[in-house]
Amino acid sequence: MESWRRFLESDFFYSFKKSPVAIVSFVVAMVLILSAVLAPLIAPFDPFNPATLNLMNGFTQPGEPNAFTGESFFMGTDDQGRDVFSTILYGMRISLFVGFAAVFLAMILGVALGLTAAMAGGRTDTIIMRIADIQLSFPAILIAMLIFGIAKGITPPDMRNQVAIWVLILSIGLSDWVQFARVVRGAAMVERKKEYVEAATLIGRGPVIIALRHILPNIVASVLVIATISLALAIIAEATLSFLGVGAPPTQPSLGTLIRIGQGFLFSGEWWILFFPSVTLLLLALSVNLLGDWLRNTLNPNME
Amino acid sequence: MLKYILRRVGQSVVVLLVVGLVAFSMFRFVGDPVDNMLGQERTVEDIERLREALGLNDPFVVQYWNFLRDAVQGDLGVSFRQGRSVVEILIERLPATLELAFVSALFAVVFGVGLGVYTAIRPKGWLTQVILTISLVGVSLPTFLIGILLIYIFAVELGWLPSFGRGETVQIGWWSTGLLTASGLKAIILPAITLGLYQMTLIMRLVRSEMSEVLNSDYIRFARARGLPERSVNFRHAIKNTLIPVITITGLQLGSIIAFAIITETVFQWPGVGLLFIDSVNFVDIPVMAAYLMFISVMFVGINLIVDILYVIIDPRLRSEGAA
Amino acid sequence: MALLDIKNLTIEYPDRHGTFTAVKDVSLSVERGEILGIVGESGAGKSTIGNAVMGLLQAPGRIGGGEVYLDGERLDTKSYSEMRPLRGKRIGMIFQDPMTSLNPLETVESQLVETIELHLKLGDKSSKARAVELLDQVGIANAAERIKQYPHEFSGGMRQRVVIALALCAEPDLIIADEPTTALDVSIQAQILELIKSLCRDRQVGMILVTHDMGVIAETADRVAVMYRGDLVEVGTTAQITQAPTHDYTKVLISAVPPSNHRVERFTRVDYQGDGESRVKDLDLETHWLGEGNRRTAESGPILSIKDLNKVFKSRTGFLAAIGASTHAVKDVSFDVQSGETFGIVGESGSGKSTIARLITGIHRATSGSMVYDGQDLMKPARGREAMLHRRQIQMIFQDPYSSLNSRMKVGQIVAEPIFVNGLAGSRGEALEIAKDLLELVELSPDAARRYPHAFSGGQRQRISIARALASRPRFLICDEPTSALDVSIQAQILNLLKDLQARLDLTLLFISHDLPVMRQMCDRIAVMKLGEVVELAEAEAIFEAPQHNYTQQLINLMPKFEKIEAA
Repeated sequence: MESWRRFLESDFFYSFKKSPVAIVSFVVAMVLILSAVLAPLIAPFDPFNPATLNLMNGFTQPGEPNAFTGESFFMGTDDQGRDVFSTILYGMRISLFVGFAAVFLAMILGVALGLTAAMAGGRTDTIIMRIADIQLSFPAILIAMLIFGIAKGITPPDMRNQVAIWVLILSIGLSDWVQFARVVRGAAMVERKKEYVEAATLIGRGPVIIALRHILPNIVASVLVIATISLALAIIAEATLSFLGVGAPPTQPSLGTLIRIGQGFLFSGEWWILFFPSVTLLLLALSVNLLGDWLRNTLNPNME
Repeated sequence: MLKYILRRVGQSVVVLLVVGLVAFSMFRFVGDPVDNMLGQERTVEDIERLREALGLNDPFVVQYWNFLRDAVQGDLGVSFRQGRSVVEILIERLPATLELAFVSALFAVVFGVGLGVYTAIRPKGWLTQVILTISLVGVSLPTFLIGILLIYIFAVELGWLPSFGRGETVQIGWWSTGLLTASGLKAIILPAITLGLYQMTLIMRLVRSEMSEVLNSDYIRFARARGLPERSVNFRHAIKNTLIPVITITGLQLGSIIAFAIITETVFQWPGVGLLFIDSVNFVDIPVMAAYLMFISVMFVGINLIVDILYVIIDPRLRSEGAA
Repeated sequence: MALLDIKNLTIEYPDRHGTFTAVKDVSLSVERGEILGIVGESGAGKSTIGNAVMGLLQAPGRIGGGEVYLDGERLDTKSYSEMRPLRGKRIGMIFQDPMTSLNPLETVESQLVETIELHLKLGDKSSKARAVELLDQVGIANAAERIKQYPHEFSGGMRQRVVIALALCAEPDLIIADEPTTALDVSIQAQILELIKSLCRDRQVGMILVTHDMGVIAETADRVAVMYRGDLVEVGTTAQITQAPTHDYTKVLISAVPPSNHRVERFTRVDYQGDGESRVKDLDLETHWLGEGNRRTAESGPILSIKDLNKVFKSRTGFLAAIGASTHAVKDVSFDVQSGETFGIVGESGSGKSTIARLITGIHRATSGSMVYDGQDLMKPARGREAMLHRRQIQMIFQDPYSSLNSRMKVGQIVAEPIFVNGLAGSRGEALEIAKDLLELVELSPDAARRYPHAFSGGQRQRISIARALASRPRFLICDEPTSALDVSIQAQILNLLKDLQARLDLTLLFISHDLPVMRQMCDRIAVMKLGEVVELAEAEAIFEAPQHNYTQQLINLMPKFEKIEAA
């Protein structure tokens, strides 16, 4: 309770209350994430259960009853008669799962390597940061594609669809750790030079405890900022890979896959198949990005 | 100064060697090249003969050395899928990508720096708020969605510009250019904007934050305290100091434009190396993937070297340290 | 008519908690050729006045009331751009840090010429000639050659001369100098102050000299204005303020300044508006935890012996080869510290004094030499629990009270950490109780344990830092510039506290500072360091009364002297 009250009185919460952008994007992101998590409860149809599909329902306009079956769909249906609203909810589940998992992987890897580089210094530092530099010179999306291609080459063809999601997480996660490592290393180097670290050494703390108990809590804010921005980037990266056809398999369509499918109908007038997934992706990426931007502006100047 | 540049060249060579190692490892260990080349009907003797001919029985280091030697001589192997020399395929596709990258880089730098400076000088203006908000939307908008949106507006609805391809091209030696024909110029507009928009927002935000920081520095306050006019404070004292960090990152960004072209080329069916790469990933055409990786890293290293030299030209501190 | 006339000036900073008034109803005037010192501690609002006169208040600051006149011309109603022709031309400004106040990418010449052309409307050729002349006047040798150089090719003191030349470009009538020597070493400070004084006298320029340093004021200013938390508490001639202050706060301020000409046992304790010391907790050291570990072995004789100590820093550049310059930070240093004494190391920046502290504590590893602490070889890593605990007897108090405490830990945790890490208490709860005792010992409330460091002021943080050092039951305490980041009244309290603790706990102190008057108050013996070497080592009084080495004599001569009549 005490800490909750302190939170409500903090500058952090104050600037949140004062920022309409932060409030709106927080609400939008939460609504999207919750509806993805609760998709099985919310979605009117299970788009992956062939028993509930009726091909006759194909290409139903949003909000209008189907000419053959008379059924009506809030966001219309695609060529196979799947409810677009339901596919979006399930697609967002995949997108968010991949996004969160990839950021988590990148964060663990990046924080560990960044802290190690900062604490060890010397050759260890040089090697880790050189690898990071080289990897950073290539766009994350290219690295992800390469990892994806290699993984595809290694896995036997009949397994590819099953492991695709995990390969996707791995490739985005491995392409994104550099951001964490650089920020963590930079912040940890600053902290390491501060006198409280010397004091901790003097009372007999070892480097591992100093890194985890003293330095890490002081750079958590930066990690949080990077994690939020990375989440937006990971969601976009996943969508891009899936859009290019090298991401989520057709059996588990993510938002990117849905847009890839929808693009085929751009010229023939079935706009809703493309439009709704695109808007969802945009809202998701934008709200997370705005939150990240606000976090960076709020946390960084106050970080001692 | 010479020492500084030589050191950077040395570092670039190391980067190329590392990337070469990655590319080579892909070649060697991802999928069995022999498997890929021989197809279903093969005998043990065939396999052994090919292994010997390809040098696959040599020690790893020898193989890597041979790979590097061949790469330097312009031989990066044969595409599994097309059965043609990879370098030949690359060169055929190269002009399309380079032209696209050049035009969008120009667009990104001109507008990115311009808008960045404007928003830094007028941090409270309404136009600044509008630009910043749009730029955040721009960063959140995946490149392929921008492409689709532009196609929808300018090709489908308005019918002003083509939605795919390069238009007519003119052959100059081995280089085919689309920049000399009206249809080629029209065709490059949408892809170039699509590709450049993301880099433009990044450059703009970077210029803005660096310049705001410089504008708060002591020497700018001192310049104001000496009564120097805002024009001189902003454009003489602040901009140059802003450029130093900006040049590095912008260089990196421009290097990545070529790689980002993969997405744009897919959306607009632009016949460049990016489209080639995405096909090769789909068909696990390892030699093409490896060659593309090498190509990208050579471009990156080249751009980085130019950036380093620019750096020395701008910053007197580097010049004297290099001399000492 | 006065050159500058400030009438009832009020400056406000609105923020979420309401409006903070940085300067309240202040009236001041400056005559031509006069140096008006504005003195005060941090948060007094002294810099704000200068910025307001220039029309350069940082957002969201604003003038809330009052009038500012320069030669009868009203300034405070002018807009930012209306003020521009006056800035530099009529009013010049000198900033604190010469390292950051020059544009690093332009030559000194181009920065000078730009300003001269703008204000004096001279042609290119005569501007250049004028620029060289100015540099020459501020005491830069070879002005004609050096003017082509970039700022990074000048030392700190030389850069401040360039800054002064820039401020003088258009021959302003008034100069506002904001802590112009705070970032400089003592010897350079004296030169810059001398330069400022002669420029004001020769050119009949009026000057506002903003500083926290009473010594600087006493040597430079004609009149002094004393500020406290936005209020102007007293104005008078320098002699009157320093010798016969009338306001209570001025008295506190004056009594807290360490005298340079003699040693006092303790600083006189004057409280002003309740920010003085609280009562000292009377711990019975015979029974208390803190007294337990206090083996009093070597009652006399050296507790620390250092012989031929060397430290070379290699700066590594490039990522394959270990090429690069090396700096010899400590050169063949030898000294003994006697048990129970306060041994001082004094020197300017770059003298290697802080490096020695970090060699003793093991944060840096010495290149060669020997260090023996109470029979233990400090050059070798400690093996075993006993040896480790023995080594923990050496503790340190740091310079920067803001970075020396982990802002994510509660004060109680910070102070208790050494106790349980070293197994000096049975449980964490017990360690926390001891920590509260220690907080009381350094004159803080035990409630402090439950709060985070950001809730405390610089002086209070330094007390927490001392409590943390005590939690290792130290016998040897290294104080590395422990008060240089503090206001002078707080400095007096901390120095008093250190003296008290030393007496009660039989501590040996190694006191490192650049501040000679402070050294005189604290130390029994002093080693003077210059560029890594000890040039003189003697009893403190001998150092001040009869310095032997040239460099020591120079330092003693140049230190700002602040002498006052002792309060009876």
